[in-house]
Amino acid sequence: MKQVPQKDAPLKLSESATWIREDVSYEVNEPDAFALEEALRQREKHTGEVVVITAGPARAQQVLREALAKGADRAIHLEDNAFVGLDACNTARAFAAAIKDEKFDLIFTGLQSDDYGYAQTGVVLAELLGWPHATIIMQIEKTDGGIKVKRELEAGYFQFVEMPLPAVLTIQSGINKLRYATLIGIKQAKNKPLRKVALAEVQSAIGENLQKIERLYVPQKTKKTEHIEGPPAEVAKRLVDKLRNELRVL
Amino acid sequence: MSDTILVIVEQRESKLNRVSWETITAGQAIATATGWPLEAAVVGANIAPIAAEVATKKVAKVYAVESPKLEPYTPDAFAAALKQFLGVKQPKLVLMPHTYQVRDFVPKLATAMGRTVISDCIGFKHENGKLVFTRQMFQGKLAADVSFTSDAPWFATFQNGAFRGDQAEVGSGPAPAETVTVEIADGVIRNRPQEVFKEAKQAVDLTQAEIIVSVGRGIKEQKNIEMAKRLAEALGGELAASRPICDSGWLPMDRQIGSSGQTVAPKLYLALGISGAIQHIVGMKGSRTIIAVNKDSEAPIFEIADYAVVGNLFDIVPPLIEEVKKAKAAGS
Repeated sequence: MKQVPQKDAPLKLSESATWIREDVSYEVNEPDAFALEEALRQREKHTGEVVVITAGPARAQQVLREALAKGADRAIHLEDNAFVGLDACNTARAFAAAIKDEKFDLIFTGLQSDDYGYAQTGVVLAELLGWPHATIIMQIEKTDGGIKVKRELEAGYFQFVEMPLPAVLTIQSGINKLRYATLIGIKQAKNKPLRKVALAEVQSAIGENLQKIERLYVPQKTKKTEHIEGPPAEVAKRLVDKLRNELRVL
Repeated sequence: MSDTILVIVEQRESKLNRVSWETITAGQAIATATGWPLEAAVVGANIAPIAAEVATKKVAKVYAVESPKLEPYTPDAFAAALKQFLGVKQPKLVLMPHTYQVRDFVPKLATAMGRTVISDCIGFKHENGKLVFTRQMFQGKLAADVSFTSDAPWFATFQNGAFRGDQAEVGSGPAPAETVTVEIADGVIRNRPQEVFKEAKQAVDLTQAEIIVSVGRGIKEQKNIEMAKRLAEALGGELAASRPICDSGWLPMDRQIGSSGQTVAPKLYLALGISGAIQHIVGMKGSRTIIAVNKDSEAPIFEIADYAVVGNLFDIVPPLIEEVKKAKAAGS
């Protein structure tokens, strides 16, 4: 799971203009919330254990605390500021190193993050682990030899895919309905195990980033936008005037 | 041979995905900027007709990377086939459209080759001999110019609509085509895909609508959908929504606009409380006129809006419905 800036948080560029300033509000990356929910539902159906993992500075622990409150059994936090600047490949390498002694059957990730939007980390992790993967998943069923998943394709098409375990699945938003943490869940979360992994522990697994953000900037507008301001009644009148006299759709 | 640009076009069930022409256009533009030759490849089984179709464009050569095991599509087979082919070809730059299929196999392929993908790019710059790729960040609020720091081959994918497919230059004669047969060992393919299907017959064809009123998270509650519906009715248009609204079940899935829903280009697209996530924008940016109402003045939807109303949609929409009704009554 990943912590990302809140959807409507105003973003300011850092001094180097290669990242944003840290003083914004954060929330859980939305597709990751659906991935967690799906893991919890699969556990409820088939028993087992749900482990949540994130990489990021101390603030990212909030994502794990919320996940534990919703029902995850334990958490792993790769804690360092440096994790924010890793490319998808290095992030996946760090995760792979941190879980090398675990025996998971399924790894769930969100299909992409709301900050970078690479849509890569889950697939890269599968390749590093040597596991099969499937992306943009909308349904998961257990079969005799593994699982059967429903992949979303473009323009309203879908496909069922059968695959063996262990596997990595990237989860599409909307696969399920998210639960809220209960009061008792929040209380219990405080006593659940949370393992911290320092950068030094996974440093040997990660290398130089293979790609680099040269600069980050506010995109130049390609379109001329006319702002319509004023009290609502005035705005409504002016919009209708545009619809009628300029766009001619009324 | 080094310093070649290779565009890998997309085919599904032996049909070329038209978005591939956009990638050809992108490849031609980068070829012009860098002076590197441009080649193309198609991957699959029985794909000679597609290779021939691509060979009509201005490219130096087209490769048909063939194996019976490439049909139906699996990420294992595609990554294995391309790793073999690219390992021999050693292009400098490999370009693909950022489709769901490419997203499914290209990070695996690049990782298997020890390389990286700059994904979902919307453009490129060639500055002082350095090639950088522009991509959206933070759901389009910011943009980044990203460069490769690794050895070739470099992988980049382009967002749907980033280049014009109809501007792909035609060659003076058909480009030479070469079939490359790849070996995919038994046991490589682990996934067993079934037939592709469509969930339900699409009840609403939004692509035909001239006016679309579309709602996003800003509508807040299901009961508020009714207000947007009244506006759509007053305008004589269709009601649509961004993905989260359909995910919540507030409107049926067939009213969803965006990469996983319908792609529309109406005369008027009125976006109510839609922030403008990339996945939504790709489905509506071709609209002739876009009016956006959103309380967040930094919402990315305003980047592509012709008319921007920064404000609370619950204040704006009720008087707008009344004004539209008045205008209609006066006009008839």
